[in-house]
Order: sequence, then structure tokens, then C-alpha cells
Amino acid sequence: MKFESTVTQIQADNIDTDQIIPARFLKTISKDGLGDQLFFDWRYNADGSPKPEFILNTDKAKASKVLFAGDNFGCGSSREHAPWALTQYGFQAVISTSFADIFKQNSLKNRLLPLVVSRDVHQQLRDALAANPDLTVSVDVETQIFTWTGGPAVAFAIDPFAKHCLLAGVDEIGYVLQHEPQIAAYEAQRIGTLNTLAS
Amino acid sequence: MPSNPRTIIQKVWDSHIVAEREGAPSLLFIDLHLVHEVTSPQAFSGLRQRGVKVRRPDLTFATVDHSTPTTPRNLPILDPIAATQVAQMETNAQDFGIPYFGFQNRDQGIVHVIGPENGLTQPGMTVVCGDSHTATHGAFGALAFGIGTSEVEMVLASQCLLQKKSKSFEVRVDGALKNGVTAKDIILALCAKIGIGGGTGCVFEFTGSAIRALSMEERMTVCNMSIEAGARAGLIAPDEKTYEYLKGRRFAPKGEKWDEAVAYWKTLPTDEGATYDHSVTIDADSLEPMITFGTNPGMGIAINGAIPDPAGIADPLERESLRKALQYMALEAGAPLAGQKIDVVFIGSCTNSRISDLRAAASVLKGRKVSASVRTMVVPGSQEIKRQAEAEGLHEVFRAAGAEWREAGCSMCIAMNGDQLSPGQYSVSTSNRNFEGRQGKGGRTFLASPLTAAASAVMGVVTDVRTLV
Repeated sequence: MKFESTVTQIQADNIDTDQIIPARFLKTISKDGLGDQLFFDWRYNADGSPKPEFILNTDKAKASKVLFAGDNFGCGSSREHAPWALTQYGFQAVISTSFADIFKQNSLKNRLLPLVVSRDVHQQLRDALAANPDLTVSVDVETQIFTWTGGPAVAFAIDPFAKHCLLAGVDEIGYVLQHEPQIAAYEAQRIGTLNTLAS
Repeated sequence: MPSNPRTIIQKVWDSHIVAEREGAPSLLFIDLHLVHEVTSPQAFSGLRQRGVKVRRPDLTFATVDHSTPTTPRNLPILDPIAATQVAQMETNAQDFGIPYFGFQNRDQGIVHVIGPENGLTQPGMTVVCGDSHTATHGAFGALAFGIGTSEVEMVLASQCLLQKKSKSFEVRVDGALKNGVTAKDIILALCAKIGIGGGTGCVFEFTGSAIRALSMEERMTVCNMSIEAGARAGLIAPDEKTYEYLKGRRFAPKGEKWDEAVAYWKTLPTDEGATYDHSVTIDADSLEPMITFGTNPGMGIAINGAIPDPAGIADPLERESLRKALQYMALEAGAPLAGQKIDVVFIGSCTNSRISDLRAAASVLKGRKVSASVRTMVVPGSQEIKRQAEAEGLHEVFRAAGAEWREAGCSMCIAMNGDQLSPGQYSVSTSNRNFEGRQGKGGRTFLASPLTAAASAVMGVVTDVRTLV
């Protein structure tokens, strides 16, 4: 997993999943069509027309694979519709100083990289973008290095299992189901003891 | 003192490990999987594509609560998209053999209300649900956390979850709450103290004399909003109150099994000498009724406090966040929040819709009228709570005061079902989130306790309940 892209900035802290995709769009029973609803209430006017000044409505953002945001991105609701909407729009990574726990898990399961940087690096990248809004970042999951035009090579952390799943395209549910003998053994040991709901 | 003292968090974790491997998350067994209509349809589609059954339908329970209307139950669901989603939940429950408290079932309600109410939630369990307020069940000493839809599919298929261990975080609340200060104020104070991301990567254990003094329903209110301070789970060690609450409930153990269960539950509390990765203390004696003024639950102040001024904040991003929040809320820095005119009061949600919450609201509304300019909605957490409230005559108190008495569901907490604010409206809500547009596009939410909400409904402005007494 390696890509290069311009950067789409939405610089606010604590961007919650209600902003990423408002709850009224969660009545769907499919995963489709969510990209158009990404940041809906920040992105469209009351009559449904796009706000031309909002970054996601620009051609540059539409071609971009990297969202760059403030601290604690993805807080709030557990809705996986948030990473579905982000990936359907075209993002492959979100760069922030931290991510909410559930959002981070949901993202990794949808091949959306939650890329955590230090406050210093966050500031450096903001400064670099202020000087050159068209700079590109390159991200390499294998080497765990990302960099930008004229910037330093920055190492980023990623959980080794998550990295393996991203690179090898592991189906986590398939992986878990391979543990059938252990699950059955655990259940056999629990019946009649701790688990009072079991028949 | 045990040679290897452990927290309750560690004990519940240890007893649910199915498999562990170096460099991989643990495989954790899940004792109870609660399912609702919004975060599960894509998971069931995944099972069908794989040709996999639900491994343990006997440990899985489903209901509908988020997109369901709170109008009388003899009326159809008018929103065709919501109706389809509810019908899909019913089909999925039938096809996969899952116990289901459907829209017309007398036990329907908010998933985090009906779990405890029916005795499904028990100490020492692992509980998951595709819903971030699953932490509610932690009030019983269960390790309970919200999961995404991919994880819902994983648990349906395997009854297990791949999970990395969280850090432990003790939230100690000692002292006694003053009159007019409630469990809701404790958790809003925690959110204000450590911030909306303060507990990220952690599980809270709430300890201290003020927590022990809380009823089970109040403990649920506290644990419910753990996620609002960033923690995926928050729990409270079980005690006599826990057992008393559970005894005789529909799915609670009976007879000999009850005695065995209690003996086990008594082994759960944190050992003396166990340590936590993080800790914070809150002084219950000095707590005031809390209310939020901004656009996340960490932006809270004492009800008689002043709205913070962005100019006083050093960090530029934080300053900008506060400035934007005040702009969205159309509030003035430095001004008091008490006295702010409101349009709607919402009493309900998995945070504050239980019988004790409704009694608290009714105690304020009894013999009073809500302001003519305020729409007041009271939405019980379950049909069972609705029946109980009606048996006690609370619905008559609400109606006589001019409030709406509605059917059970999430309602205006998440505003998916038609119950919502109009752009620009202000509400005092007993729910858990004040994010932009959370209660309706352009709506502005102040989070507070049922006492504060009811007092504000009467006065038509944000009101300290103690000024009414």
C-alpha cells in the first residue's frame, strides 16, 4: 500500500462522525452512495446545491487521496458509514494527531489508513501547505514512512497486525473463523459456569 | 492482598481470552451481542455472502430503536427508508434465529435500556453492540463497548472479537452530591475536565463513595457517556445494589444458578493494590449542575458559570475550535448561559430515559406548566418504562404540564426518526451529544440532567433547578 497525493485540509479538532456523515443518512441498508453524503451539512446548501467554497467540492480535493485534519478525528458515534463515506469519496488515508478508538478500528477494516503524526509534524505540514498548497505527500505502509514535497521523511507507527492485514489484504473475519477449535473449546469450558444466558 | 492484584477490567478481559498470539490482537469471547437496525444490515448481508450462520443466536438479541417513530404504535412508519430498515431487521432476526423485540413488541425499547431491564446485562460479561453508547452496560461490572459494522459481522459469525487491550483509567468520585446535582452532572463534569478525547485508548473504572451511593440507573447514566470522554468502555464494580437490581429479572439466573452467579460476581471487584495506567479524581461535594454550551460534550460549565472566552486559550487550534463552536451556537463569550432562551426540551435517550429520570423530571413539572414558547418532549426508554410511568401517573403530570408523552425510542437524541430541531433552534436535552446538527440540521443543543431540562422547560430559558425550589 503506497500512494502519492495532494492534501485536502479540514483543519478542525474533534471532527465527529455526525459531521463526517449525518445520522439521517444511516437509514440505508447498503454501503453504497455514501461518498456524496460525506460532510453533507458542511458541504451543501439548504437547497442541496454544493457550497463552492467548501474544500470537498473542489476538483483538487476530488482527485485527492489524503485528508489532513485536527486532533481526535472521528470521535462520537461508532458508525462505520464514516470510513465507508471517506473511502467512497476517494480517501485512502487521514492524517491527524490522534483518532477516536472506534473510528480507527473501523477505518483499518476498510483500508483507510489512520496516520498519526506528532504535533510538531502536524504543524510542519500545515506550514508547508501554507507555502505550497499543491504539494504532494507520499505514503508507504510497508516502510512506514511518509513525506511531502520538500519535507522530511517521517516514520509513522502502525499496529503490526493491522499492517499485515492492509498489505496482504487479509479478511479478518476469515482469519477469526480459522480459530474454530479454540472457540469451541472456550465455549465448552464456559457452559454451565460463567455464562448464564447460554442454554 | 493477592500476589498479582488485578483491576476488574483486567479480570473480565483475562476470563474472555479465546486465543492470544504475539503481534496480533487477542481473540475475545463475547457473552452478549446486542443488535439494532441501523448498524447491522450490512453485517447480515456479509453473512449471507459468506454463507455463514450466526454462531450463537442464544447470545444475540435484537431490537429496533434508532429510526423508529415515537408516535402511537398503531400508526405506520411513514418514512419509507426507515420502514425498509425496520423490516430488514425483522427479516434478519427471523432468518438467523435471533431473539427480537420488534417494533410492536411490548418489550421494545432503546437497546441500552432493555438489556439491563430484562436482566440480559450481567456482571463480568463482555457486551458489544454496533453503538458507541454500549458502555452503559458497564454499570453492572460488564466490559461493554461499541463496535463498527464489520465487527458486528465478526461477532455474529464467530461470537468473538479481535481486540487490543485498552489502558485502564480510574475515575474516582468521592464525596456527596448536593441537592439538585445528579449522576449526569458527574459525567458531564468528567467530560469537561479531561476533554472529549481524554480517555482515548482507555477503559474507565468509576470508583469512590459518590459512585457507590448511586442507584443502578444513575450508574448507567455515568457509564453511558464514557465514550463522550473518549473511552470505549466505562465500568463500575458490582455490589449489593447490582445484585438487588438483577434479582428476578427475566434473563437473570435463577435458583442455584443465581447463587453461583453472585459468588462469581463477588470475585470481580478490583483487588487491593491493583494499579491503573491513568487516574483522575472528581470532588462530588463541590459539583454543581452542569450544562454544555458548545458543540462537543467536553464543552461544559457549571449552570451558573460563564461561557468561556476563546481569547483566554493559548493553543491556536483549541482557540479556533471554541470560536467556531460559539459561532455555531450563536453565543457570546463571557456571558452567562443561565437565562438563555430555548425552544425545545428533550427528556429521553439511553442516557436519561429510565423511570428514575422520568420521576425526576415529573417532580419538577408537577403542578407547573412548561413555557408556552417551549416544545417539551418526554420519550421513555422502553415500552416497559412507559407502562411503569403510566402506572405511577407520571404521564398525567407531563401532559398536565403541557409536555408531549411519546412512545419508546432514541428519538431526538439522534434525530433519525422525524423527531428533530429546526435550524437555529435551541434545546436543553438529557441526551449525550451536542455535535453540530446532531438533533437536526442547524439545531443547537445544551446537554444537561433531567432536573435542569425540566426546570428550563418551565421557565423557557436555561434554568438552575435550585432556583425553582
